[in-house]
Amino acid sequence: MIDIIGMIFIGVGLSFDVLGCLGLVRLPDVYNRLQAATKCVTLGTCSILFGTFLVSGGFTETGFKALIAIVFLILTSPVAAHAVARGAHRAGIRLWDGSVADSYAEDKEGEA
Amino acid sequence: MMKLVRWIPGTIVLLGLIALIIVLPFRSVFFQENPVHLGFVGRVVYILILSSLMVLFRVLRGPTAADRIVAIDIFGILIVGLCAVLSIASGRSWYIDIGIAWGLQSFIGSLALSKYLEGRSFDD
Repeated sequence: MIDIIGMIFIGVGLSFDVLGCLGLVRLPDVYNRLQAATKCVTLGTCSILFGTFLVSGGFTETGFKALIAIVFLILTSPVAAHAVARGAHRAGIRLWDGSVADSYAEDKEGEA
Repeated sequence: MMKLVRWIPGTIVLLGLIALIIVLPFRSVFFQENPVHLGFVGRVVYILILSSLMVLFRVLRGPTAADRIVAIDIFGILIVGLCAVLSIASGRSWYIDIGIAWGLQSFIGSLALSKYLEGRSFDD
């Protein structure tokens, strides 16, 4: 029974992964791609790791390492995404033509 | 109208590949001595390889450098999930150690590359 619940968690995480990668291929802009792919793939991989924790039978060796990997991913992945977005904006990569707001550029004009 | 013509074949190919993976029986050459949930894990590995191919398309085709950095970061996170699933199939716990080490390298790499993209040196 707990194996089936773990497999359901792995399947949900897998569908999140595939949809995030589809967003990475299809969206028009660096910032849109970052926004789609990072959140979907991080949560999907966390769901796969939690399913691994359930399938491997609770707090065994594998399950405990899976929980540690979940904490590690949740701590590191948004930091990397934020750094890449800030670097891209400072390097002067333009937004998509259909974008409606650019608050970071307005903030930088206010400072200068 | 043109957009619809371009959308339909891509959707059919992608859904057909996923359905083919789910329907086909899986025969593994690895892990034959300890076959725990082998068919399920094989299909999961196929779907992860499919999404990794989509990420590698963005690495090849990306117009700017930031696209490539984002794609490499996403690829590292996908590898962590792949290592977790392989540890279920083989029953060995050190596969997740490989995943954690790969995630750490990917994190440090994307931080350094974004700083290089920003145009500053590594000392700041």
